[in-house]
Amino acid sequence: MRTPEPIQCDLLVIGAGIAGMAAAGFAAVRGISTVQVGTTSEIIYASGLLDLMGVHPVGDGRFWTDPWAAIASLSKDQPDHPYACLKPQDIEAAFGEFITHLNEAGLPYCRQVAQNTEVLTPVGTIKLTYGVPQSMWIGAKAWQNKWPCLLVDFKGLMGFSARQIYETLKDQWPRLRYSHIEWPEIQGELYAEHLALQFQLSKYRNRLAEILKPMISHEKAVGMPAVLGIKASSSIIADIEKIIGCRVFEIPTLPPSVTGIRLREAMVQWLSENGVRAFYQMKVLQAQVAKSEDFVLYIGQDDVELTVKAKAVVLASGRFIGQGLKAGRSKIRETIFDLPVYQPTSRKEWYQLDFLDPGGHAINSCGITTDDAFRPLDKDGCIFHPRLFVAGSILAHADWMRMKCGAGLSIVTAYAAVKAYLKFKES
Amino acid sequence: MKTQVLIIGGGITGAGIARDLALRGIHSILIEKEDLNAGASGGNHGLLHSGARYIEVDPLVARECQVENRLLKQLAPQCIEDTGGLFVAIEGDDESYISDFPSLCNQAGIPVAPMDVITARGLEPGLSPKTIAVYGVEDAAVDPFRLTFDNIGHAQELGSQFLPNTRAVKFMIRNRQICHVRTIDTLTGEEKYIETMYVVNAAGTWSDQVTALADISLPMVYSKGSLLVTQYRFTHRVINRMRKASDGDILVPGGTVSILGTTSVRIDTPQQISPTIAEVEQIISQGAAMIPELETARYIRAYSGVRPLTGPSRRGNDRDVSRGFSLIKHSDHGVDNFLTITGGKLTTFRLMAEKATDEICRYLGVDAPCQTAVLPLPAQSASRWTEPGSGARFWIKNKDPKDMLLCGCEMVPQSSIDSLVDSLGNNHRNTLLRSINRRSRIGKGPCQGMFCSTRVMAYLYHTGMIEGREGIEELKSFLRERWRGQHPIMWEARLIQAELQEAMHCGLLGLELADTKSK
Repeated sequence: MRTPEPIQCDLLVIGAGIAGMAAAGFAAVRGISTVQVGTTSEIIYASGLLDLMGVHPVGDGRFWTDPWAAIASLSKDQPDHPYACLKPQDIEAAFGEFITHLNEAGLPYCRQVAQNTEVLTPVGTIKLTYGVPQSMWIGAKAWQNKWPCLLVDFKGLMGFSARQIYETLKDQWPRLRYSHIEWPEIQGELYAEHLALQFQLSKYRNRLAEILKPMISHEKAVGMPAVLGIKASSSIIADIEKIIGCRVFEIPTLPPSVTGIRLREAMVQWLSENGVRAFYQMKVLQAQVAKSEDFVLYIGQDDVELTVKAKAVVLASGRFIGQGLKAGRSKIRETIFDLPVYQPTSRKEWYQLDFLDPGGHAINSCGITTDDAFRPLDKDGCIFHPRLFVAGSILAHADWMRMKCGAGLSIVTAYAAVKAYLKFKES
Repeated sequence: MKTQVLIIGGGITGAGIARDLALRGIHSILIEKEDLNAGASGGNHGLLHSGARYIEVDPLVARECQVENRLLKQLAPQCIEDTGGLFVAIEGDDESYISDFPSLCNQAGIPVAPMDVITARGLEPGLSPKTIAVYGVEDAAVDPFRLTFDNIGHAQELGSQFLPNTRAVKFMIRNRQICHVRTIDTLTGEEKYIETMYVVNAAGTWSDQVTALADISLPMVYSKGSLLVTQYRFTHRVINRMRKASDGDILVPGGTVSILGTTSVRIDTPQQISPTIAEVEQIISQGAAMIPELETARYIRAYSGVRPLTGPSRRGNDRDVSRGFSLIKHSDHGVDNFLTITGGKLTTFRLMAEKATDEICRYLGVDAPCQTAVLPLPAQSASRWTEPGSGARFWIKNKDPKDMLLCGCEMVPQSSIDSLVDSLGNNHRNTLLRSINRRSRIGKGPCQGMFCSTRVMAYLYHTGMIEGREGIEELKSFLRERWRGQHPIMWEARLIQAELQEAMHCGLLGLELADTKSK
């Protein structure tokens, strides 16, 4: 196939997960001409909860109520963690700006500035997180204050049982009840996304409210799986609350979830409105790198369809799920620039024999090492390229799943990478 | 509690003895410290041997295998896929072994059929282009879980009892007789006393721990064998390497997958065994010599079993220890109503049970002939769920829109979980998810329980089969067990899945931190 004229831009963002979306947004609002490439099929596995920092040291399983204190402690103990080379005010600025972007995109989030918030999970455990979708905020309050509450689930929506959450928490939450909805509009197995699409329409949410109303006696709030619309969930919730006369909140479901789809839908539209040129069905197939020239990236689904010439690149291609890293039988590789990957010497050390090993798995700390401006280092420890920046979970020394710092890491390093690019451009 | 015979060990041998006894009118209680097939009976190849594997080391065992193979194909067809098998030699293999192979088989009475290489590769296109000689044998694939469940199920139907999570901790011996056995529930710590006239030790790998309760030492050697499960089935038939038994030289179809093994690694203790990365690499490189695609295949699981060997090794190699069984009467050791039956093969379990039961009958003065060589093994309705596709077939046939699939990989419907939980009774509380996994396809498909564990758990809570915080502990224990089998095969797609699993179960649910006790 003949490739058309190359697309010119200042900054190419590789990746369409939280880090890629955040980086493209930070760049776009700063007037940088931005192109974004990457598949959006993985962001739907995001829970929608925006962790900043929760557990440190991982081996002790110590939970921090104050994420800022956790970051301070982490930066002291693990100076190679990406947070350690950032100022708290930059972390706060990045997080705040991203939440503003989400808000503008119609996906409002809530947080306590200096504190993590406890939210319910679908198996009845309690998760500490930082940025909470507004649709789940009332649930956090209900749990904190042990309001009289009703949890409901839907017959046919697999993996979500209100009774399970009730059974797991009943000793700590005396006025909790559970109930079960047989949703008449769909037969057989229900999928969260299908339900969410139905509730976009007032007919179906009124129907849901009618079913809910007689179930409530003296409850202050009703909790249900996160299926209340893909867009404008807040107004859907408000509509239902008006009819049933009590508060409504969502509980995350297991991925792939509507909360992940909401992130994708909201950001894709908002980035497009803000001038980001995006190719979400494509990936970078080949990269041409020369220090004194622009990057030339060949992109497409399977074969090269387009060429992008970019002055700088933010690599936010993720870890293994996002395919930014690839693990063979003996070695882990970075897939686009073949950057050196910090990793254990042999496969034996990648994983512990115990899945739930308190110290976590060594493989989750492998990744790309960078300088303070988030530029990756080559095998000699020198800067690989002056205008290549790295953001997100592909960075080394951050076990986001165990530290509970996933979204924060993505947002904050995306911000730092864009800032570093601007600084480079100005000089 | 009171019984005529107490059987210790819920593997295929113990289950076979329980059934044989029951058919001769003798009541038994089978106690098992974990669950059925938790040891070597659940950690093997699922191969119904033709016998050809043992022609060199032990022609008698080879012959036993051949006879039992034909009997089981007739009497327990529901547990067997009669695939047939091939022995294949690859360029560079020992030529004298290849040329001796047919005559050794003939001498041992094992039927073999020479086959030209082109025909063989037509039947099994996966075979290496470097194949130089092929013989057809009467190997078959056997589902060791279903075999045990059908045996114990029939024994229970005839009035015998089975107690899982029950460990024997003390024998009360008087006048050379064990008269009581004290047991402990391994989950609750609850004690029981079982009065019995005879004790059978069918504890397999743990046989020496049982004889120790009678102050009898039983010298044993533990040989660990590891196996790999492929995501897809590679051959129709069992494929054996035509050489002296070695690593990675048997590929056995198991429904929709193939199982490649094994290794033989001497270990000091049978506790907490897991396959290692070195074993995995060895098995793959050896297997790929027969079937080259195995080099790049997707693997969904690795597992290990321990061969309890009691005989002496002739050449200092555990592969050369006879796979014949040992029946040890402990009257020589001062206890008259106690025997140990160990060693042997899955293929010869029925014969082992027959010999043990003969001895028990002799002791008890019961004059009843063995019937297991003539009576078909009845298929138990609850044991059908181990078979790949059984849930799906049932689901499609019943067309009940309310009956939803809990497992997407293996298509296990809610109704089959209902029927399984019903059949388990009260003995499996606190290990429900693991017990369901053992008895069905839940957690056995490509996702290895990542998704179906939470779906099944939600269903068990919804229907009231699990209460309180117990589900969190069950989920953790189930995921841990499944992980051990994935740990040595983490690369490419499996590793991506491992990351997703950790993101879900640790990142979102925080199971690594979940306090299981209510505060």
